[in-house]
Amino acid sequence: MMRAALWALILVPSLALAAIESREFDDPLTEARYHDLIDKLRCLVCQNQNLADSNAELARDLRDKTYEMITAGKSDEEITDFMVARYGEFVLYEPPFNIHTMLLWLAPALLAGIGAAVFYSLVRRRRDTAAPDVDAADMEKARSLLGNRDA
Amino acid sequence: MTRYLLPLGIFLLLAAVLAVGLKLNPREVPSPFIDKPAPALDLPQLFDGGARVTGASLKGKVWILNVWASWCLECRREHGLLNDFSRRSNVTLVGLNYKDADADARNWLAELGNPYSVIAVDREGDTGIEWGVYGVPETFVIDKEGMVRYKHIGPVDALVMRDTIEPLVARLESGS
Repeated sequence: MMRAALWALILVPSLALAAIESREFDDPLTEARYHDLIDKLRCLVCQNQNLADSNAELARDLRDKTYEMITAGKSDEEITDFMVARYGEFVLYEPPFNIHTMLLWLAPALLAGIGAAVFYSLVRRRRDTAAPDVDAADMEKARSLLGNRDA
Repeated sequence: MTRYLLPLGIFLLLAAVLAVGLKLNPREVPSPFIDKPAPALDLPQLFDGGARVTGASLKGKVWILNVWASWCLECRREHGLLNDFSRRSNVTLVGLNYKDADADARNWLAELGNPYSVIAVDREGDTGIEWGVYGVPETFVIDKEGMVRYKHIGPVDALVMRDTIEPLVARLESGS
């Protein structure tokens, strides 16, 4: 009884994954292209999921569409263009580099640059102020104290 | 003094950016169709077995395409407004019955009233994909040249109807 319950617990989550339809492809390359495409296209209904992960009805329709186009011999580019023409660039998980997405793409480099500049100026300021004037007698005293302790 | 101004400035800037971000609606995906020719429309009608609804037959008119379904709860919310609108205005209001069963659609209209001039049936949702529909209800305004001029995603509310759709339709109608 216990064992059966445990098995059920193990198997139930895998049912959720099985929501993706089984498809037939002529060759493994086409299949790989199909999976690659549905990984890269966003589901418009649940916006933080791609087509491959989403169970939304629209995601299923768009997977059907992708499959239909890929088996009709359309290229990856034709398929993404088809989606972009209808749903906008938002369907692409990886947005293209253009004037609207420039900030998005350049922000990491920009922020890293600002960070490096701040770091550099801090280090420099510390180095400049890190040499206090100590007169020779004090220095000698400090050295002898340290030397005594080491001994 | 300036020691405190810098963090304060950064805080204010961040607060402003986040405040703007809160106001944005992430579900509103800008439609790539605005000011572009409307996608094709050629579908059977809900109430007349033989005839079809085509985009070509609507050329020369300002028309509104409203995507709806009997299973769509939000559609119920905007339906009263559409009924009002169709009584007040003589603009062609085309319904796109999206992924629905004909009988359900007819029952729904019998219950809530039918504001549509004509209803196209998109049972498989193919036309929906052509029009980039992703969240029913959606409402498009198409001008006399067959260009999409406006798209509203989700239920139309009284404000959108009064401040956006009606003035736009009036402007498009008066324009040549």
